[in-house]
Amino acid sequence: MKATCWTGRNSVEVQEVPDPSILNSRDAVVKVTSTAICGSDLHLLDGYVPTMQNGDIMGHEFMGEVVEVGPGVDPARIRVGDRVVVPFPIACGACSACQAELYSCCENTNPNAGIAEKLFGHPTAGIYGYSHLTGGFAGGQAEYARVVLADVNALRVGSGFTDEQVLFLSDILPTGYMGAEMCDIQDGDVVAVWGAGPVGQFAMDSARVLGAEKVIAIDKEDYRLQMAAAQGYETIDFRNTDVRSALLEMTGGRGPDKCIDAVGLEATHGAGHIDLYDRAKQAVRSETDRPHALRQAITSCRSGGIVSVIGVYGGMIDKFPAGAWMNRSLTLRTGQCHVQRYMKPLLRLIERGAIDPTRVITHRLPLTEAPRGYELFKHKRDNCEKVVLTP
Amino acid sequence: MKRNSRSTVTLAHDPLVRGLGWASLALGVPQVVSPYGFTRALGTAPALRNRWTGAAIGVRELTAAAGLLGRPHPAWLWTRVGGDAMDLALLARALMNRDGRGSARTMAATAATSAIAAADVYAAVTRTFRSSPLELTSTVTVGKSPDEAYEFWQRLDRLPEFMTHLDEVRATGPGTSHWTATAPFGRTVEWDAETTEDVPGQRIAWRSLKGADIDNSGEVRFLPAPGGRGTEVHVRLRYDLPAGALGKAAARWFGEEPHQQLDDDLRRLKQVMETGEVIRSEGAPGGKRARSEFPQHPARPLSEEELKEALS
Ligand SMILES: NC(=O)c1ccc[n+]([C@@H]2O[C@H](COP(=O)([O-])OP(=O)(O)OC[C@H]3O[C@@H](n4cnc5c(N)ncnc54)[C@H](O)[C@@H]3O)[C@@H](O)[C@H]2O)c1
Ligand SMILES: [Zn+2]
Ligand SMILES: [Zn+2]
Repeated sequence: MKATCWTGRNSVEVQEVPDPSILNSRDAVVKVTSTAICGSDLHLLDGYVPTMQNGDIMGHEFMGEVVEVGPGVDPARIRVGDRVVVPFPIACGACSACQAELYSCCENTNPNAGIAEKLFGHPTAGIYGYSHLTGGFAGGQAEYARVVLADVNALRVGSGFTDEQVLFLSDILPTGYMGAEMCDIQDGDVVAVWGAGPVGQFAMDSARVLGAEKVIAIDKEDYRLQMAAAQGYETIDFRNTDVRSALLEMTGGRGPDKCIDAVGLEATHGAGHIDLYDRAKQAVRSETDRPHALRQAITSCRSGGIVSVIGVYGGMIDKFPAGAWMNRSLTLRTGQCHVQRYMKPLLRLIERGAIDPTRVITHRLPLTEAPRGYELFKHKRDNCEKVVLTP
Repeated sequence: MKRNSRSTVTLAHDPLVRGLGWASLALGVPQVVSPYGFTRALGTAPALRNRWTGAAIGVRELTAAAGLLGRPHPAWLWTRVGGDAMDLALLARALMNRDGRGSARTMAATAATSAIAAADVYAAVTRTFRSSPLELTSTVTVGKSPDEAYEFWQRLDRLPEFMTHLDEVRATGPGTSHWTATAPFGRTVEWDAETTEDVPGQRIAWRSLKGADIDNSGEVRFLPAPGGRGTEVHVRLRYDLPAGALGKAAARWFGEEPHQQLDDDLRRLKQVMETGEVIRSEGAPGGKRARSEFPQHPARPLSEEELKEALS
């Protein structure tokens, strides 16, 4: 089959690889009908996530039709022929983390837990196509993909939805939603969202669904800010505006009640020298992540507010504003999305029309053009917001 | 994990080490006090133009004595081996240059020194590569009751499902079992074991019987985790690593960080108990061999041959 493979820093290729097979008795194999490129994939492409190997298949956002099931799969839950969306974190459903619906912290699904533990203190769940640190599972930007423990890790969807309506249940829609949910939104809350990428856009939509009074988008890409403005959100272009003063201005001096970091470790900074400082430290590996958005979110948030972090961080950051965080009683909440927790409720929101996930799709490409998709998405060419690939 | 390697404490109570220390002292004192008399007694005087050579040897002996009796370490034993080599060389020269006088004494001294040298080499080798106990402990919490966890362990035959090195554990009778494990270079080691303690729902202990390739023992305890969090499984394994080359190979068998292997084993125990089997990825298709496979198979499906090998 054809699959999008990581072949080194800044390089992906569509290669011919063997078809997937059942490795565990509760596995299934799906014929992928739609898959997408995520901002998280860019962290892999750019070489910020360790333990990638030449030939690893990329992709953790995919859906398709079940073509094979292992002998241990409960037929009441998954059968051949089912149309399924696959959540990116692999959960076992049985461990204490899964029982607490903290699926991305599953204690059983990462065969390389010993390595993850070295970096994170405790291991995290397996993730498809997301380095060997998260288990070394083949990704879904391919013609076929193995679904691990399929009875826990596949959501059946009926034919009433198009692929594009439900594909993002695999990751970015639940992620954006969790970002807003962690904000514990109250009446009158102003929610500021750093990053108007697809994840940020869904965080904004979710904040509104959850009752935010006002939503503010912060980014540097005009077209992405316009996409947010088209939904009725206010915008700040951080290249030509001081974000903190703009936020004070827009909130009567209070500062946003809730702040969402939907940028993560590859943030850029409006001020060149600060950006240079973090880039230099990153280059010599004395800092792995560039936390501009996170720092700004913490310093901008009103006292007693919540900073919700869904942008991905991988290692160590520098100059964490601990004083602002501590002295002003801020709450920091974060996590890789516990996707399984949100799939069904969000499917209902889609069905009701409360959220339209298709609005972020700007590019539809055949799988064979995945490398071009990565180029467009990474360099924000051709007003690219989200790329969907079809095998 | 704790590793009780050869310590100065064990060497301090080692009769052979202490004996050699006292011998050094006994030889060193007269050499320093009366170097000429001592060398003449050995019949080596003509070869020792300079009586200070004798004194120097005496000082060397006293240093070794102080080391062996004061702060014992295998290095002191090797110092003695080096000294023996020097002495033997001097004696050989004396034998070749002999002028007839005292050659019988030199021969006797050479024989005695050779015997001492043999004892020194033996002590140095065995005390350096001596069998040392390796003790590993690890613990994991599984979402099962202590009784269920105990059930799982009781016959010990399911251990190979999650323990990297074990190929098979077979019950051979009431309270006895036969263990097969893979050692490096495709070698297989086997031993019989007996269950030494079996408290339902609480504790199982076992130990290898006489004649085992590697003497070992183990113990697992099951404690209810607080607040209904399942069962804490506490495992302690003890291996008596044999001396010499075999011991080194055995140490390599455990990898650089043996405790990590046990941690991984217990993680897989949890996988088996909670999900039914060891989770495999394309990168780590061998399941329990995951860690030894780094760099791994790329995260892409396996070819048919690779698949056969991984699942074998
Ligand atoms: N927590 C999760 O489970 C989860 C799931 C999916 C994605 N993510 C992460 O969410 C983040 C966003 O994903 P995406 O797909 O939207 O990626 P993206 O790269 O398309 O979006 C990031 C956006 O942030 C903007 N940005 C850069 N620096 C900024 C700054 N200092 N201030 C404000 N905006 C800034 C960029 O211009 C870009 O538009 C990534 O880090 C991704 O890894 C997390
Ligand atoms: Zn993603
Ligand atoms: Zn789990």
